[in-house]
Amino acid sequence: MGKTGDSGPPQGGAPAFPEIKSRALARWHKLWNSGKPLILVGTATCGRAAGAVEVLQAIKEELGRQDLDCPIVEVGCMGHCYAEPIVTISKPGYPPICYGHVNEVIAGRLVREFITGDDPCLEFVLGALEENELVPSFSDFPRARFEKRIILKNCGYIDPTDIDHYLARGGYAALAKALGMPPEEIISEVKSAGLRGRGGAGFPTGEKWETCRRSPGRPKYVICNGDEGDPGAFMDRAILESDPHSVIEGMLIAGYASGARHGYIYVRAEYPLAVARVRTALRQARKLNLTGKNILGSNFSFDIRLFSGSGAFICGEETALIASIEGKPGIPRYRPPYPAVKGLNGKPTVINNVKTLACVRHIIENGAGWFAGTGSGKSKGTAVFALAGKVVSTGLAEVPMGTTLRQLIFDVGSGITGGKRFKAVQVGGPSGGCLPESALDLPIDFDSLQAAGAMMGSGGMVVLDEDDCMVELARYLTEFTQRESCGKCTLCRLGTKQMLEVLGEITAGKGRPGDIDMLIELAEDIKAGSLCGLGKTAPNPVLSTLRYFRDEYEVHLKEGRCPALMCRDLIAYYIIPERCERSCDACVGTCTVEAISTDKKRIKVIDQEKCVKCGTCLDACPPQYSAVVKLSPPDRVPA
Amino acid sequence: MTAEQTHIKRETGKVLSRLGRKRGDLVPILQQLQQRLGYLPRRAMAEIARSLDIPEMDVYGVVTFYNQFRLTPPGRHSIRVCLGTACHMKGGYITLDAWKRRLSVNPGETTPDREFDLDTVACVGCCAMAPVTVVDDKAQGEVTPTRVDGILLPFQPEKEKEDGKDR
Repeated sequence: MGKTGDSGPPQGGAPAFPEIKSRALARWHKLWNSGKPLILVGTATCGRAAGAVEVLQAIKEELGRQDLDCPIVEVGCMGHCYAEPIVTISKPGYPPICYGHVNEVIAGRLVREFITGDDPCLEFVLGALEENELVPSFSDFPRARFEKRIILKNCGYIDPTDIDHYLARGGYAALAKALGMPPEEIISEVKSAGLRGRGGAGFPTGEKWETCRRSPGRPKYVICNGDEGDPGAFMDRAILESDPHSVIEGMLIAGYASGARHGYIYVRAEYPLAVARVRTALRQARKLNLTGKNILGSNFSFDIRLFSGSGAFICGEETALIASIEGKPGIPRYRPPYPAVKGLNGKPTVINNVKTLACVRHIIENGAGWFAGTGSGKSKGTAVFALAGKVVSTGLAEVPMGTTLRQLIFDVGSGITGGKRFKAVQVGGPSGGCLPESALDLPIDFDSLQAAGAMMGSGGMVVLDEDDCMVELARYLTEFTQRESCGKCTLCRLGTKQMLEVLGEITAGKGRPGDIDMLIELAEDIKAGSLCGLGKTAPNPVLSTLRYFRDEYEVHLKEGRCPALMCRDLIAYYIIPERCERSCDACVGTCTVEAISTDKKRIKVIDQEKCVKCGTCLDACPPQYSAVVKLSPPDRVPA
Repeated sequence: MTAEQTHIKRETGKVLSRLGRKRGDLVPILQQLQQRLGYLPRRAMAEIARSLDIPEMDVYGVVTFYNQFRLTPPGRHSIRVCLGTACHMKGGYITLDAWKRRLSVNPGETTPDREFDLDTVACVGCCAMAPVTVVDDKAQGEVTPTRVDGILLPFQPEKEKEDGKDR
């Protein structure tokens, strides 16, 4: 954090854009055509969590042992998070091949057998980056039929810490083009492209820029909202970590169009790698006079500062975010006036989401018609979703607006893990809703989701299966919003707390008749009595689960039973004596609290007093026995 | 002044001289100072308030509003259990219980030997690897209760070495 974006030294004699670009292209071609194998390792946060740094180290060590000198590039996230760590090898004579689930051992084998030898280790292949006759390519995957990568195009293919990679893949050409256009023309181009805010609300981006441009007051600001707080959403992180320049370029164009002079990229504190990558990207852009004074020799000057958040969900709300940059607690204020009229320091301010800004360069480069050609109805372009939860192919997917939930979850996401049944999908974070199977054929766009009681939100999708309890999910999400409420509005502050208490009692089997009606009443009041989006949408998870899964609430209330066997107060773990394979000790060894003992006949027994219901024994019991079961209500355990 | 107090004063002065003195610099100042000291002592907050010419209450208000800031010195290692939606549904709360049992502290607390901080985090964006626990700065995927001991194991020799040195 700090003065990262100050305008810096005067940029006299900076090279012109064609020169910058041809130099970048030359470096890029040299990298890919050096005659040596090129190794790409995905080291975004998800890759690192899976061990990418260790894999990278193993590759370097093995190359050292083999006395080989191959270029290695650390790239971002391709979106195939389920297969991390991912390594791509481009060896002359072969297509670039991508390997998934690479560990240190596999990394060593890839070097010895493929790079030194000539065996492309087909058993570890995920897919090839281009079509060929040797291995299936990503374009042959069933999901390729539904995916359309526009803003994720570069993610996982370029080194996000090297601006030349971005330039070589066509980067900053849109900025150069935009600087030759009148700002009004850019605004009308973005308007006719139909670009709507990707942060969730879907406000037309062009209109926002125009309002800012027309509003009096100087200097004007552009803020990139990278405070991606919705649990379950991680696409903004992936874009900032994997292709930060696409966001910077979008900001520059937004600044030029809306008449702004300064920009802030607000990144959440929980994303340290994104902060570091954006900082590097800003430094490199400044060096090439892509930010700063008289950008690319034009009259347009724009500097960008990085602002790291401090861990408050509410700061994703635009007026709270502005308060936070001003050095105040992130408490929202009443709108209007909207930030485009009166924003940061009381001046007109454009606030756009990371993905919105990442779309901009493609609109300027390819035209409004091209962008509007993708998508449906009033929602144009593509949408990026983060698939998580009980879905096979977790990760990022970019699909045209209007793709159905079924296509997204079953075709792109390859369905539910472990052959379980789909139950619901939680869309749009804590402000969104849970949609059941009957909603699977809904086209995903801003308006359809809203009508179904959910919202696009930031695009997080947590898929749930038959083992997930909807009441517990509603309780969890309410707990989240309750904790993150800034406390300004009484109904949001106290109403959510009341709701949480009621939900807590229901999931503990202590619910009372009338609880459901009380929840609905509270929900309506909180919606009506809250100022900002957090409070207005806080009841959504409860309302949408009540709308589609009311029967589950009722079973909890009337029978003290959790049908999904998830609520811990309502279940017990039990080992069926007839099924217990007496010579096996798997459950005893894994029990984290030593609650399992062996009786005289060597049958395992759980001490219900000691059991903490962590489920480790259930996972440990070999599937051919399946002796451990969950029972609800807990008094079903034979005495 | 104790050595600790001198250290706090020196570091606060350094950060203040490096960053501006406008209200808008408050959050960056607090972030940088916490990075250096590990927490925000009362003395430092008072110093910052004086320097920015704002009431001490305003500094305290900001510090306590944001989750990232802490008022007490941190433990040597931080254990942060992700409680995002995906992590929760895949058993993050069960993992948190396992950490609580293992370290005998509640979230927000530090072990008495000041080795470990236990905390929760809203979401670290590694939902594909749920349930996640962030150990120091590294996110670890698929952390189930059985992995808790294994994660702590590498810290054991470090502590023993340290204790040996003290003796």
